[in-house]
Amino acid sequence: MIEHRPGLTILCHAILLLAVATLVFPVWITLVASTHSAEQMRQVPIPLWPGNHLLENYITVLTKGVEGASTAPVGRMLVNSLIMALSISIGKIVISILSAFAIVYYRFPLKMFFFWLIFITLMLPVEVRIFPTYKVVSDLHMIDTYAGLTLPLIASATATFFFRQFFLTVPDELMEAARMDGAGSLRFFWDIVLPLSRANMAALFVILFIYGWNQYLWPLLVTTQENMYTTVIGIKRMIPGGDAAVDWNLVMSAAMLAMLPPAIVVILMQKWFVKGLIEQEK
Amino acid sequence: MASQKRAQYPVGWLPYALVAPQLAITLIFFIWPASQALWWSLLVQDTFGLNVQFVGLLNFRELFADTYYLNSFWVTGVFSTLMTGSALVISLLLAACCDYLIRGTRAYKTLLVWPYAVAPAVAAVLWAFIFSPGAGIMTYALRVWFGYDWNYLLNGGQALTLVVIASAWKQVSYNFLFFLAGMQAIPKSLIEAAAIDGAGPLRRFATVVFPLLAPTTFFLLVVNIVNAFFESFGVIDTTTQGGPVRATQILVYKVFQDGFKGGDLGGSSAQSVVLMAIVMGLTVIQFRYIERRIQYA
Repeated sequence: MIEHRPGLTILCHAILLLAVATLVFPVWITLVASTHSAEQMRQVPIPLWPGNHLLENYITVLTKGVEGASTAPVGRMLVNSLIMALSISIGKIVISILSAFAIVYYRFPLKMFFFWLIFITLMLPVEVRIFPTYKVVSDLHMIDTYAGLTLPLIASATATFFFRQFFLTVPDELMEAARMDGAGSLRFFWDIVLPLSRANMAALFVILFIYGWNQYLWPLLVTTQENMYTTVIGIKRMIPGGDAAVDWNLVMSAAMLAMLPPAIVVILMQKWFVKGLIEQEK
Repeated sequence: MASQKRAQYPVGWLPYALVAPQLAITLIFFIWPASQALWWSLLVQDTFGLNVQFVGLLNFRELFADTYYLNSFWVTGVFSTLMTGSALVISLLLAACCDYLIRGTRAYKTLLVWPYAVAPAVAAVLWAFIFSPGAGIMTYALRVWFGYDWNYLLNGGQALTLVVIASAWKQVSYNFLFFLAGMQAIPKSLIEAAAIDGAGPLRRFATVVFPLLAPTTFFLLVVNIVNAFFESFGVIDTTTQGGPVRATQILVYKVFQDGFKGGDLGGSSAQSVVLMAIVMGLTVIQFRYIERRIQYA
């Protein structure tokens, strides 16, 4: 700080605290709702302080699901979400690092053509190609499978660019030294490039894990059986539509469970996350 | 930065094998479906799906004559302007406050970033609960304190407000991180020079910090618009489902409704093609700007 202005400092704190409160408010309401019984939630206004049905609600949701709309247990959905998030994040990292390595370290015909093909995927988010992609997946009999859930989201131009940018900053001398010592290209990749990329992979992992966990449109289309629902989809199915007879205490318990894993990943890996987020866009 | 390595490995089958997985997925799940959408957008199918006819640009002509589609364009425009505008202004203010403080910056950062981890659809469920016509705490507060009658299931303006709040809530934390990183990258000597010349905090922000943030602002503008166009699908589907009376039917949601619920193959594909054109435009703008930034730096 350059000058001392206590007034402005206090104002800044006030604004930031207000913002934090606004961000936390919906989560607080959710947490409170998930600790009450269905009857308590029908009061007007709803309680604003936690009740004593926390364990009961979470156990019901995890093992039995919500009566009425969708009866799938959330425990199973959490497993599905985890499989989806991990397959997408690890899959994207693997195929992107391989293709980025090929594009940076080899000179081969059609290289630029491949590069542009990958680049185009940036312009084709799943939302603009929903219908035909759904048809391809159903023709390949991949509806209600983990492959169908993850493969159409796994190609990533951004991750490929991210690794390409990083490889371009790796000094050429490393490659020349490896060559002189008799290491082939795969050996160079495995022993030198991969270890150097660890920080970048961690950063990318956080971003992609959240991306995979939070997917909505695609799992909505590809999962028809309750045992394949992801958590985010499951919550939507628990709300039967309209305002009638929603067991908000259970829906909100499920919402807490859906938010927790990605929030933990972001908070624990904050350093990597911020690095990945900001460098990915360079 | 060089875009090529000085030394490269010789040609062989290996580079092809390395790009193969990425390429296979790109071709099967991206390029092929997108070209299908292009082709289908030129066809008309009868109700039973038996008879398919090539009609050229008829689907597009019908689309732009359709008042519902034009309404959807308008709704998307209003929604993305409100969402992007509010998310950018709020996050810029928060980043400026955070940057001004010496102590507590890290704590505020942690307290402000986590909404990024919340799925748009889940964020929407939380806000829909708070504003739900029956049980919502805000609905109650608005009625008791202000005598204001809130029911987003009936009132189009309120429905739009709800989806803007739910989408912007999440976008603020993303924007905040970028603005803060941008501000912290500005050399302190510039700020100090301005202070010595007698510029107060507001003046410094307006004449030094904000102009230097222009690249970040522009980048975020494009990203926020893209998010408003596409990621808000989850928000809309869990709260208003395009209603009431199409008040929140954004373009992406209409493609979904016409294609999956309405079964209109040609019309839905034509809408997909229009969306693709929009994303391409935005991507090109973004990349041209990134090139410029690299030259500038």
